[in-house]
Amino acid sequence: MTVAKRSDTILSHGGDWDFELLQRYDKEIAVIAKEYGLDTYPNQIEVIASEQMLDAYASVGLPISYSHWSYGKEFIQNEEAYRRGMRGLAYELVINSDPCIAYLMEDNSMPMQALVIAHACYGHNSFFKGNYLFKQWTSADAIVDYMVFARKYIFDCEQRYGEQRVEETIDACHALMDHGVDRFHRPSPLSAEDELHRQHEREEHAWKQYDDIWRTLPQKAVDKSGAKKKKRSFPPEPQENLLYFIEKYSPTLEPWQREIVRIVRKLAQYFYPQGLTKVMNEGWATFWHYTLLNTMYDRGLVDDGFMFEILQSHTNVVMQPGFDHPGYSGINPYALGFAMMKDIRRICEEPDDEDRAWFPDIAGKDWREVLDFAMRNYKDESFIGQYLSPKLIREFHLFAIADQHKEDHLRVEAIHNEAGYREVRRLLSKQYNRDVLIPDIQIVRYEHMGDRSLILRYNQLRERPLTEDACEVLKHLSRLWGFTVTMEIFEEGRGVVDKIEVNPA
Amino acid sequence: MSMIIDRRLNDRNKNATNRQRFIKRYKEQLRRSVADIVADRSITDMSRGGEVGIPVKDISEPRFRIGRGGDREMVHPGNKEFNTGDMIAKPKSGGGGGSGSGGGEGQGEEGQDNFMFTLSKEEFMNLFFDDLELPRLARNVFGDSQQFTYRRAGYTPSGVPANLSVPRSVKNAMARRIALAAPLKRELEELKQSGAAIEDIEALEQRIARIPYLDEYDLRFRHRVKEPKPISRAVMFCLMDVSASMSEQKKDLAKRFYTLLYLFLSRKYEKVELVFIRHTSNAEEVDEHAFFHDPQTGGTVVMSALNLMIEIQQERYQPNQWNIYGAQVSDGDAFGSDPQRSAMRLNKDILPWCKYFAYVEVPDSPSTITPLAAAYSQIRDETFAMSTVMDRSDVYPVLRELFQKESV
Repeated sequence: MTVAKRSDTILSHGGDWDFELLQRYDKEIAVIAKEYGLDTYPNQIEVIASEQMLDAYASVGLPISYSHWSYGKEFIQNEEAYRRGMRGLAYELVINSDPCIAYLMEDNSMPMQALVIAHACYGHNSFFKGNYLFKQWTSADAIVDYMVFARKYIFDCEQRYGEQRVEETIDACHALMDHGVDRFHRPSPLSAEDELHRQHEREEHAWKQYDDIWRTLPQKAVDKSGAKKKKRSFPPEPQENLLYFIEKYSPTLEPWQREIVRIVRKLAQYFYPQGLTKVMNEGWATFWHYTLLNTMYDRGLVDDGFMFEILQSHTNVVMQPGFDHPGYSGINPYALGFAMMKDIRRICEEPDDEDRAWFPDIAGKDWREVLDFAMRNYKDESFIGQYLSPKLIREFHLFAIADQHKEDHLRVEAIHNEAGYREVRRLLSKQYNRDVLIPDIQIVRYEHMGDRSLILRYNQLRERPLTEDACEVLKHLSRLWGFTVTMEIFEEGRGVVDKIEVNPA
Repeated sequence: MSMIIDRRLNDRNKNATNRQRFIKRYKEQLRRSVADIVADRSITDMSRGGEVGIPVKDISEPRFRIGRGGDREMVHPGNKEFNTGDMIAKPKSGGGGGSGSGGGEGQGEEGQDNFMFTLSKEEFMNLFFDDLELPRLARNVFGDSQQFTYRRAGYTPSGVPANLSVPRSVKNAMARRIALAAPLKRELEELKQSGAAIEDIEALEQRIARIPYLDEYDLRFRHRVKEPKPISRAVMFCLMDVSASMSEQKKDLAKRFYTLLYLFLSRKYEKVELVFIRHTSNAEEVDEHAFFHDPQTGGTVVMSALNLMIEIQQERYQPNQWNIYGAQVSDGDAFGSDPQRSAMRLNKDILPWCKYFAYVEVPDSPSTITPLAAAYSQIRDETFAMSTVMDRSDVYPVLRELFQKESV
């Protein structure tokens, strides 16, 4: 563009926005995003009022969901916090779907809308489309249809079997939701239509198989030789997808309950990648809104006032209070992610000797390719393990402490010095391992030839116990299972150290 | 190209169902909370919504989680003074220090033990009056009824087009066509057989063709009749002792009882009349405002109020046309023969035509048996109930107890 035109290129002044302006901003941002090589789903930008944002929050970030009291709780909680001014609303909400749905709040000023468009519609959106976990575990094109199907199905169940029974089933499933994910093989893609079809087939099959005559046959006398037969334990391999196992093998669930288990399982599957890529996803989106909007400024598309407002909220978002700050609640994924993304760019563009020693394979490379590669092929754990630089460890003043339950003191394991960099990085990376956040619980035995009880095993790591509500969860589990459920607490090297047994009510 | 959609006009209450589910699920806890609020509130703003709380642990959703204890390492930002190998005293358990095992999972663990939120007026009143029902309310009176229902009553040949029953009308038309055409067709057949003149045959065919497809008297209309709907009328006599022995605090309790009662009645039943009778040594009928707000002092003669109640009843509320209820509040102080005579009068002259009579006592201490209570306790009648209220927080449970739904 020519210099003479420069002052006319500014898209708007001040905070007011209208739909035409949104359109123009979006167009400009899209152009720049394309230049940077961001590959996105098409965007569907929805402008909503603040109450609608509260609504959107409650249904766990999906535009539609089935009815459940816990969403009501979530909604009331948010509404209350918002009403008392304890919490502002998020500026944006974006849904991993194709087209990618992003919400803009009507109270936002124009700069904020632009920020959200850049952040959500081009940042998150390209992450959803590119990251291997999202590609593998979610079906962005089908999720909205699937939720419509799920909502209707559960509504129909409520009509047929009563709200109470449906609610109990959903409660139990929600309690086990973290344990409803196939981590090692790719789930079949979602399709509401197939799902409906499959359901009919199942029902039909059961109906065809039913023959009342079997009931009238006299029962065989107990086979004495059976005792001699070698007992085959089932399942042959421990099963970590508890919901899947219940859906397939529960001796007591009715068909519609199995379908509900399946719906919750699919939902868990859909959210699974989000938990593993918090730092990366937010970091990526924050990095891109920062980069895209700065580019707009450099090209004279926005004025100084616009940039001030952007920078102010950007700074708030990426703030990382220290551990001793009253507002500290762990590491801010926006701060860490953004800093790392920016750092990778720096290492590529202007590496120093330290960077060359630590990152020989990316120092001096094209930053766009390096970042794109990182976005596509990593999750938080591996991303930090791979890319956290000594410079950032220094900047964040990261330090690792060891908490041994037998000791009275916490010990500082490593700090930001030459001897500590690798240790800090290793430990921080481990902190994002899913096993640290979610206990490793597997089904080891189903006494399918005996009393039909189910035996689970909690593989306890380094004597970290479960919280007390584990017992409540087991109750839910036994409700779904219909028979006794036992959980063994298994510690490596010590064997089974404890047991919790729950009988169905 | 992005699509920008304005959704601001969409439904804003997507979560209404979820909210209702939540409230339904925690009804018991909420009801307790509502009872507390009722106890603290002044009468005039009883019908507002209110902020209620539920213990947080009741509403938590259990998950398998890794708890405190065991060995672990944590990485934190913001190191200022620590060096490798430093020992730090463990923060006391319960302090926020060591809880963050997850990255940014900073759920608001701090804060209240109660999950507080605001009920709307409607939700508040629903919880408040939930399953309260005026006892023995008979739907028996037709007089002075303003409500009608429409009942189906078959079909009629006349009516407005909106009520036209197409299937019926077509059915009639078909029957008529068959009936009219049959003899002509037979005749036609005969003529054809006998080889009659073409003109005759054509004339007959034309006659058959002239039979109208639909005639006016085929039309049938759905018929509806208007029927008066039995509505229940009830009158509630509110009797209150406002004598000197009734302290401000007791009056307050009494007022609360009636306020609740009044809210309940005026909400639940359209056709309920209230009669306010206050008494000291003599009784008078007053309006609602005076009943609750005018200060009065004097002695106590319970009898006077009962007499007045009977008087008013005979004048205005015939038992065969009204469901009559009574509610009396007193501190139980009565003198001489008054309590005995009052009990007799109540038992003999009021209870026979009264559907329900509730006596609520606000005594000085819970253990003493007041003369009036002693006398009333002799009454053996299932339409009579008595109860004691000592504290503001008792009022609401008592009301609930008295007017517990009579279902099953």
